[in-house]
Order: sequence, then C-alpha cells, then structure tokens
Amino acid sequence: MSTITTNTTTKGYVENGIFPSNDVMLDLKNLKKVYPTPKGDYVVLENLNLQIRKEEFVTIIGHSGCGKTTMLSMIAGLNNISGGNISVLGKHIKGPGPDRGVIFQAPSLMPWMTSLQNVLLGVNQVFPHATKAQRNDIAKYYLQKVGLEDAFHKKAADLSQGMQQRVGIARAFAIKPKVLLLDEPFGMLDSLTRGELQDILIEIWNKEKITAVMITHDVDEAIFLADRVVMMTSGPRAKIGDVLSIDFERPRTRKAVLEHNDYYKYRKHLIDFLEH
Amino acid sequence: MKQSITLGKVTKFMGLGFLTTLKDLFTGKLDKEDFKSFLRKVVVPIVSILLFVGLWHMGAKTLYNIEADFKINKALEERGQAAADAEAACIASGNVTCQPNSLPSPAQVWDSYKSLLRDHSTISADKAAFKEKTAALNEKRIAEGKNPIVYTGRPSFVDQIFRSLKTVFAGFLLALVIAVPLGIFIGLSPTLKSAFNWFIQIFKPVSPVVWYLLVFMIVKTLLIDSSEDSSFTISFISVGLCSMWATLVNTAMGVSSVDKDYINVAKVLKLGTFQKIFKVILPSSLPLIFTGLKITISVGWMVLIAIELLAQSPGLGTFVWEEFQNGANDSNAKIIVAMFVIGIIGFLLDRLMLTIQNSVSFVKTDAI
Ligand SMILES: Nc1ncnc2c1ncn2[C@@H]1O[C@H](COP(=O)(O)OP(=O)(O)OP(=O)(O)O)[C@@H](O)[C@H]1O
Ligand SMILES: [Mg+2]
Repeated sequence: MSTITTNTTTKGYVENGIFPSNDVMLDLKNLKKVYPTPKGDYVVLENLNLQIRKEEFVTIIGHSGCGKTTMLSMIAGLNNISGGNISVLGKHIKGPGPDRGVIFQAPSLMPWMTSLQNVLLGVNQVFPHATKAQRNDIAKYYLQKVGLEDAFHKKAADLSQGMQQRVGIARAFAIKPKVLLLDEPFGMLDSLTRGELQDILIEIWNKEKITAVMITHDVDEAIFLADRVVMMTSGPRAKIGDVLSIDFERPRTRKAVLEHNDYYKYRKHLIDFLEH
Repeated sequence: MKQSITLGKVTKFMGLGFLTTLKDLFTGKLDKEDFKSFLRKVVVPIVSILLFVGLWHMGAKTLYNIEADFKINKALEERGQAAADAEAACIASGNVTCQPNSLPSPAQVWDSYKSLLRDHSTISADKAAFKEKTAALNEKRIAEGKNPIVYTGRPSFVDQIFRSLKTVFAGFLLALVIAVPLGIFIGLSPTLKSAFNWFIQIFKPVSPVVWYLLVFMIVKTLLIDSSEDSSFTISFISVGLCSMWATLVNTAMGVSSVDKDYINVAKVLKLGTFQKIFKVILPSSLPLIFTGLKITISVGWMVLIAIELLAQSPGLGTFVWEEFQNGANDSNAKIIVAMFVIGIIGFLLDRLMLTIQNSVSFVKTDAI
C-alpha cells in the first residue's frame, strides 16, 4: 500500500510563520522560564514562539535538558510562566485544566484503582451531567480502543508498563481535551511495545483529531507521528531552532513511511540539526 | 488442589506462610527446593523453641539450687545442723511452705497455665449459676426500677485478658479517631504542620506513666460527680494518647508525600478538594497510615500493662501486679504465663493489622 503522496496543500500557511488567528489552537508568545537556583537565576527558555494549528500533530525534539519538559508542563499549567504567555484558542491559560490532557512519561495511574476507575476519574469530572451508564460507556469505549477490553476491572498495579500506558492514553482521550500533551510517553517501553502503542495512538488520533504536542527522543517516532517536527535549541535560553513539515498523507502506515523517498531526507534534516 | 491454593494465599496474606509449608509436608508435596525452605521455616523455629525451653529449664534449676543452698546454709548458721537437715528435707519433699521462690521452670509455668484455665472454668460455672439464681429476682428488680444484682466475684485470668483487649481496642479507636484526621490536616497544610510540629516532638517521647497521671488529673475532675468507676476510662484514654503518635506522624507524612505524578493528574483533571483527598491522597497514603496504626496497636498493647497496673483497672496488668504482691507459691509461674499471653496476643494483634493492611492497600507488605 504505497498511497502516500506528498501533501501539497499548505493549508493557510503564511510566509513569516504566522497563521491566521482562527486557525491557531495553541499559541506560545515570547515564552520565558527562569528557575531560581542557589547560583543565581537559570534561564531555561527565552523568546520562545510557537503556534500550533487545530488538528495538528506536532512532535518536539531537542537535546536532553534543553527545556522540553519545562515547556510542556507550562502549557499544561503545571509550571509557572516567568514571561510571555500561552493561549489556547486565543485565551490565556490560567493553571491546569481538562482542556489540556496530559500523558506523562510514567503512566501515573492510581495503582489502587482498576483501569476503568482510572479512566472514569477524569470522565466523571468532565461530564458531570451525563448518567452513570453514559460515563461508563465513554470510559469503556476508549479502553476498547486501546485494546484493553479484557482488563476493565484489573487493578492498575497489576498491569504491565505497556498496558498501563494504554490506560493513560485512554484516560487522556476520554476527557476530550482540546490539546493533548505527551511527554515522552513511550520512553520507558521496549521497542516492540513502543511500536504497538504508536500505532494505537495514531489510530485514535486519526479519529479524534485532537491537537497534539508530543516530546520524543526518537527521530523515527517524531517523523512517523508528526505533521511538523519542532526542533529546540540547546539550553540555556532555549528557543525554537527549526521546524520541519512532514508531508506524508494520512492515514500512514509505518511500512509506507519507511519506504517513502522523502523519509531519509527528513531523517537527515533532523539528525543534522541535533548533531550540528 | 483449588483449596490448597486458596489456603496458601490466605496464610501468606496473613504472614503465616509457614502453615502452608507445614501442610505440604503432610500431603507429601514437597520437592527439594521446598524442603530447604521447610527446614528454614519450620524446623529451625521448632529447634530454637526447644533450645530456649531447655536453657530456661537449666537456668531455673540453677537459680533454684542457689536459693535452696542459701536457705539451708542460713538455717545451719542460725539454728544449727538439725534445722539445716530439716530444711533440706522439707525442700526435697516438695512441701510448698519451704520451696525456694525464684524463676519458675517451664514445667511449673505449664502447670500454672493449666490451673489458671481450671480456675476459669470454675469461675465461669460459678457465674452461670449465679446468673441463673438471680434471674428471676433481677427481672423483678428491673420491673421495680431498681438496679439488677450483678456478679461481683473475682474475675478469672481469661476474663482479665478480655478486659485488657477491650481497653486496648478502646484506646486504639481513640487514637485512630484523633490521629488520622489530625494527621491528614497536618499533612495537607504546611501551616498546620508548623503549628503542630513542636507539639508532636515534645509529647511523643513522654512516658506512659506520665500520660496516665495527666489523664488521671483531668478525668478525675470531669467525672467528679459520677459514682462510676473511672479506672477503665482513664486507662483507655491514656493508652490512646500514648500510642497515637506513630499514627499521627505516619499519616501526616503519607499525606504530605503523595507521589507528585498523582497530584499532577488531580490538577489536570481539576478534581475538587473532596475528590482529591478521598480519591487520590488518602488511598495513596494508606500504606503509611496502616504502618502507623500497626505501631500504634503494638505500642498500645505494650503500655497497657503498665497503665492498668497504675490505674487498678481490671486486666492483665492488674493480674500481674496482684500476683506479684500476693507472693503465693505459684505467683511467679503465673506472671510468666501472663508474659507469654501478653506476647502472643501482641503478635496476633500485629498480624491482624497486617491482614487488614494487605486487604485495603495496593502495596503488599510481607511479614517480618
Ligand atoms: N524545578 C527546577 N529547578 C531548577 N532547575 C530545573 C528545574 N526543573 C528543571 N530544571 C532545569 O531546567 C533544564 C530543563 O529541564 P527539562 O526537564 O525541561 O529538560 P528536558 O528537555 O525535558 O530534558 P529531558 O530530555 O532529559 O527530559 C535542565 O537543565 C534542568 O536541570
Ligand atoms: Mg523531559
């Protein structure tokens, strides 16, 4: 199945990288982050500008310690903003909220709850007016989507890492966020499980088209999943160094992506950036 | 087969894993690896128990001889050869009036144990008879609005055990009711934490005796009008106050050190305070809370004896003290019986808490 062709529609792209405002989901403006340390302030991010469109999947790569997690947790509202601002659909964010779902590197499930209860924890919160049966249906639907139909009532503590992260994915999608933030969600998994979970993630995402921002260390993962790969410069004072559009048509298969002529061009671009 | 799996799970769950090994031995299901663990888990403890009893026996015998020799020599010095011979003969005959009174031997303790049980059945029979005799009369008295006549005879050893258990559970409940909620508040709020910290640090190391005296001062005044015996109230409150600190500290620590990931999840989902406490913070601190409760019940049981003794509240502490004062021939042996009973009950209480802990918390704790 080699139906992949280069996507030529550049969808409202304007020369200087500014999108029409009604198309922008997430907007980081002159973002700055300073950590006070005993040896004085440490400026992690400075003058960081990034716009992410609706229904876009963006992956972020950069050297370890450059500030990727810092940026993502600021978007999530879990980390204070030192300067600049972040807005979702034009509104400045204030603290965390379920409009921005997060999938953490560690699955972070409540180990004393079953997988269903873990997903319901969020669903109950976001759909307080739905009936109990409706909420159960939502939770079960997403657990099925991630292939856990046999593990509704298993304690999270009894699941494997891979299965726990599947629950994490179901939990994040089930609250129907506007933006999905993923911080190396598959970093702790073996490569086989990692591939499986990438497939599951992209399959659900194809259906839901939730704007996604995902940090990864894996160049192949970054290309396979993304519409655009954002490269961050090394810290301190890290900012966006380069952006690469990945113009493979969706839905993609891993095989077709790997066999595509542009694949190695993209790969080389990213690796050159990281090794410069 | 199915049955043995469940039994195995249950016993392991309660920290009594060796019972399964014992069962496997009799059903002939042990292979070589199991045999080694059987040796370690069953044979070694049995051997060490036998060794302990043996040492105890010899020690008791030595002490007995020292005291016997002393008695004979004393008789010789004070009253001459004839008196010494008479004393020696008396000791040898086993006559209770002249027995050396030292550390009792295992056999004596065992005899005392049996005699305490016999005593219990006598008293129980007595009680039953009394109840039967007064049943009709009491009904009449109640109908007339008078107090019924109650049995006021001496409590048996078994009665004392149950009194003590009642006191320790009352104290434990008090500790639970005070320390867990307070611990949660302290753990949640850094302000409360610094408000209470000095309080905890200062009162934690205070001895049970002092707690007893403090409670005594307060309760005595509060119940000044009441004619009722306040000794039970005083002792269970003292036990509770003495033993609650471990739970308080552990609860506060558990609540304040909840995994940051869980807190972040709660933040992202915007859980309300109530939900956050009951769905995230409390469940995740349960293991530490239970560790605290386990220490609390152990400490409570340990200090109970001393407190009962001071408060003259019926129970094992009073039993031990009375036997000591009493100085009868088998008093020492009875005290040792009480010692074993106290130890074994303490062990069982600990196992009980472990079982509850394992059934409610997500981290399985192995027995030590
Ligand atoms: N709370 C903090 N206080 C002070 N410095 C911090 C704090 N958190 C992170 N840093 C520093 O900020 C820098 C960026 O950290 P961050 O975790 O965002 O990097 P990262 O790009 O996610 O790295 P990795 O790829 O290893 O996950 C690092 O140098 C780190 O030491
Ligand atoms: Mg990181």
